[in-house]
Amino acid sequence: MDLLVNQVLAGIATGAIYACMALAIVMIFQAIDHLNFAQGEMAMFSTFIAWQLMQWGVPYWWAFILTLIISFAAGVIIERVLFKPLAKAPVLTNVAGFIALFAIINSVAGLIWDFTIKQFPTPFGSSPFMGSQLISTHQAGMIGVTLVLLILLFLFFRFTRIGLAMRAAATLPESARLVGINTGWMIALGWGMATAIGAIAGILIAPVVFLEPNMMGGVLLYGFAAAVLGGLSSPLGAVIGGFLVGIFENLVGTYIPGVGNELKLPIALALIVIVLVVKPTGLMGRTVVKRV
Amino acid sequence: MTALLDIKDLRSYYGQVQALHGLEFHLSEGSMTTLLGANGAGKTTTLRAICNMVRSTGTIMFEGQSLNGKSTENIVRLGIAHVPQGRGTFTTMTVEENLQLGAISRKDTKAISSDIERMYNHFPVLKQRHTQQAGTLSGGEQQMLAVARALMLRPRLMLLDEPSFGLAPLIVRDLFKILGKINREDKVSILVVEQNAQLALEIADKAYVIETGRIVMSGNANEIASNEDVRKSYLGY
Repeated sequence: MDLLVNQVLAGIATGAIYACMALAIVMIFQAIDHLNFAQGEMAMFSTFIAWQLMQWGVPYWWAFILTLIISFAAGVIIERVLFKPLAKAPVLTNVAGFIALFAIINSVAGLIWDFTIKQFPTPFGSSPFMGSQLISTHQAGMIGVTLVLLILLFLFFRFTRIGLAMRAAATLPESARLVGINTGWMIALGWGMATAIGAIAGILIAPVVFLEPNMMGGVLLYGFAAAVLGGLSSPLGAVIGGFLVGIFENLVGTYIPGVGNELKLPIALALIVIVLVVKPTGLMGRTVVKRV
Repeated sequence: MTALLDIKDLRSYYGQVQALHGLEFHLSEGSMTTLLGANGAGKTTTLRAICNMVRSTGTIMFEGQSLNGKSTENIVRLGIAHVPQGRGTFTTMTVEENLQLGAISRKDTKAISSDIERMYNHFPVLKQRHTQQAGTLSGGEQQMLAVARALMLRPRLMLLDEPSFGLAPLIVRDLFKILGKINREDKVSILVVEQNAQLALEIADKAYVIETGRIVMSGNANEIASNEDVRKSYLGY
């Protein structure tokens, strides 16, 4: 029984990271209708920036906040420079853009910080959480930070005017322009926020998977699985999908003989395929209430 | 008197296809003008051209200021509210959020809440449904919401694209009555595109008739309405 609870809790902890990645993917997908394949690499680069800041002696939480600001700005710049010109281009051109971004960020990170694996600190420590053997303090910290982030995002989109404008620009760009919203900047803002959210995911998962340029490969795949499972049109779905995928991954790895750690990744792919075949809109894909 | 909106030699294109061929007309301050014509004559294109939503050449002056080269959102911010065909309602958001969005370019948050109350007075049904998803409203209610959303901008000019489309005749009559009231009381100039010529001519003071991208007739609404030839050849009733 303890093993089950332990695996579920650990699943929720990594699920929190998948939820962040899925949320970042969904935010950009809503804004520009494309999947950002470079989301993981962007998060990895942000994590390296945090690491570098800490190497220079910046305290953890200051490095955390600075990294978020830098990531936000970088996201905005990437959109302005690379994807704004591609806005009207065909899908494949955009896909090529994302893949180029993936390759560039990956190799630049390798060039600057090389490919050796680095330790990444955690401010939460890794002792048992509240004396229980079920979950570590870092895992509890991952869940806690993610929950705070999700609540802040909810409040932002639900109650602020800029959040309302961003939602409007994502759902109906033409109508949004007709009420005077600069939809181009809303998209850039979405990129900035998505990049910052990715940075949080990277920084939180780095103590677990260790810091290196390919650290986000698996995480991004689970993030995609989570986004597809929850529904690419639903931020809430993406978050729920993230937690579900995290739990699912752990339980399958533990209880199905022969899966182990090696076959966990194909499970994510299988999940994507199954969802796309059985219910393409995902769990919470948009069902618009409409009377004609 | 300078015109509120002055359009000269307007030519618009969808890809290679030219939809407007040198359109010229003007609206005066405080007027209620209707643009009539058959399907495909270029009525919707004219409205879209004003808001720079279709590739066009020519000059469009609004309050003495050229709109050429301005983005849609900046034209709207000058005080031109556009209710597009199909209403452009944010169906997944609540009625109140739709009204908030109408005023999203304004900074005076206090006045916005009082304007929302004013809209609820104009359209009581919207108050009853203010927390409801806009997509669940009936067609007539959605059209009222679209007009209310446009008014939340406090526009100087409101462009309406076929407000009667798909609505029951009684509701259309109500809607036009409210439009007349808004025009008189709130001093909003209105340009309404309509296929329902009879009704539009009843409330408008000026009318233009458009055919294959050109203005072929203009005058006071009652003159146009009483001109047998015009009615038969262009308005079809």
